[in-house]
Amino acid sequence: MTRQRDDAHAQGVSTTISRASQAGPKVSATDISVFYGDKQALFDVSLDMPDRAVTALIGPSGCGKSTFLRCINRMNDTIPGARVEGRIILDEEDINDRGVDPVLLRARVGMVFQKPNPFPKSIFENVAYGPRIHGFASTKSELADIVESSLKRAGLWAEVADRLQAPGTSLSGGQQQRLVIARAIAVSPEVILMDEPCSALDPIATAKIEELIDDLRSQYCIVIVTHSMAQAARVSQRTAFFHMGTVVEAGATDEIFTNPRDTRTQDYITGRFG
Amino acid sequence: MTDAALTPAQAAKARARAQAEARLKRRYRAETRFRFYGRAAIFLALAFLVVLLGRIGTQGYSTFVDYRISLPVEISADRVDMADLGGSNFNLMVAESALAVLGEQDDPYGEASAEMMAILSGDLGFQILDRLREDPSLVGQTITVQGPMKANASLYYKGQISRDTEIGGRLLSDRQLDWLDELRQRDMVSGGFNWTFLSRSDSTEPEQAGVLGAVVGSAMMLLVTALLAAPIGVLAATYLEEFAPKNRWTDLIEVNINNLAAVPSIIYGLLGLAVFINWLAVPRSSPLLGGLVLALMALPTIIIATRASLRAVPPSIREAALAVGASRTQTVFHHVLPLALPGMMTGTILSLAHALGETAPLLMIGMVSFVPGVPETMTSAATVLPVQIFIWENASERAFHERTAAAIIVLLVFMVLMNLAAVLLRRRFERRW
Repeated sequence: MTRQRDDAHAQGVSTTISRASQAGPKVSATDISVFYGDKQALFDVSLDMPDRAVTALIGPSGCGKSTFLRCINRMNDTIPGARVEGRIILDEEDINDRGVDPVLLRARVGMVFQKPNPFPKSIFENVAYGPRIHGFASTKSELADIVESSLKRAGLWAEVADRLQAPGTSLSGGQQQRLVIARAIAVSPEVILMDEPCSALDPIATAKIEELIDDLRSQYCIVIVTHSMAQAARVSQRTAFFHMGTVVEAGATDEIFTNPRDTRTQDYITGRFG
Repeated sequence: MTDAALTPAQAAKARARAQAEARLKRRYRAETRFRFYGRAAIFLALAFLVVLLGRIGTQGYSTFVDYRISLPVEISADRVDMADLGGSNFNLMVAESALAVLGEQDDPYGEASAEMMAILSGDLGFQILDRLREDPSLVGQTITVQGPMKANASLYYKGQISRDTEIGGRLLSDRQLDWLDELRQRDMVSGGFNWTFLSRSDSTEPEQAGVLGAVVGSAMMLLVTALLAAPIGVLAATYLEEFAPKNRWTDLIEVNINNLAAVPSIIYGLLGLAVFINWLAVPRSSPLLGGLVLALMALPTIIIATRASLRAVPPSIREAALAVGASRTQTVFHHVLPLALPGMMTGTILSLAHALGETAPLLMIGMVSFVPGVPETMTSAATVLPVQIFIWENASERAFHERTAAAIIVLLVFMVLMNLAAVLLRRRFERRW
């Protein structure tokens, strides 16, 4: 069973490599505008997010980073009165197309939230829930394998292996966040969205999560919203600076931080506002 | 220069500190006052409760004791017509036997036996009738029957009717009181727990009246209410809260549900009368009908309670489920409903407890009637506890007053048990997040 899965992963990796060799972005957003009722939160945002890399979205509070992130797995659909315009291409397919089911899309695009939000169930159930509803495992041992490999990849296995039946909410904040990441990994997503995943954590837990993000980068397209410039510099390869609902500047992280072209970007990363 | 500038500054500082201290004192005084008001309010509420329960308790506890007589009765053949058993006067036979035991005889006008009949329950005569039907060979023999005393006689034994009261006010003559004392002295009468009250249904004779019919009627009616109101209410609330679009129509529905919860209950009785009896021809006075009406009444409360507990589930749980690719239905049924379950159940059980104590709508649908038996089906005539209390409260016989209080005690016990169930269920299903 394990071998089959590993094979599947190996295939996934190989396709990823071939895709990467084409050098096209994994997710490509064009002219995205988002309205909450009458209020417009995003103005014609265009951004490419490459595969097997971390893209950081930075910017002052209320600039639309999280709103943009929530467009990528269509979480904005669940907000009454929210309207999204523009095109987001995931592997040559417009995710806002009528034929795309948001439920299936969210299996391909996982999400980790600001506050750790494990289900009030056991650690095992937390990770097993996704594979179970998507029918990834046909036997119990298969499911247990998925849970184990997901927890291992989230770097949590060693800490919880002997208490998988303990409630997920009994873990510490950092462990909960890694549990949530394991939960997202368990449904084999291609893209992982992270909305300020470390803002509720202490520095040690934060360091662990950053390490984990760096590990995961080799397999996924990761998009992370962060308020910490240092974090963006540490974990990301590409950075986009959002301001007042627009992307002011996007490019390689090194370049953005060392040689910003726009004065607003410079002011923000040097701490002059935001 | 600097001194002159500093001194007023220091003075201002001192003034500010004094003001701050005064403000602080005022704040503490306000807090002390508020605590006192709170304690006084709780004390008052508790005092009312104690008075209420104390009054019911002291008035009703005596119902649970009754006095029963054990009496040998001679069944003489010339007094029983085997062709027409029911036509024989067994009560007279019982009274004469009692007189014989006390060494007295009936007078030509039958006054003594009439007075004796007034202190012995008619139940004794019925017992003889039943035994003769079963075994006609008992005629000519002496059999011992055991049965309750008449309610007024029991009240005398309990000390609630006193010899000092003038005759008009006590309903028992001096001779009857002498007999009662005599019977007690001979140990023919003994007091014990009043099983009759719990094992029988309504009767015109207080000593033979019980609450069983009303308890069973209440339970059956509540079953109908629960089976209808709980699933309909929970499904309606779940749809409105989790699935329905938020627009003018759902707002209208919400406002109307909130208004329905505040509609006087007697209106629901009128509705039941018009819809269920006149239009759908549901048998009147039946547990089914009462259950239908109370279900209508309980629905808004259940919907409101369920929606409140659904709203209390943190949105992060919904986002978590949606983000791993659960559909909306899966999100609601796998994650939101289990978390909202304790609140939903508490709300449902409390509104059912409320329905249990409801009287007004039942009066409109003909449940206020004398039903001397346990309802056999959902469509047979029944009475329920609150209505039984209402009926007994209006009865003229004194013994019914203590039975009214005792029926209230039974109703309260019923409700306490339901609320206890609510608490236990809540504990059982409570999960933290």
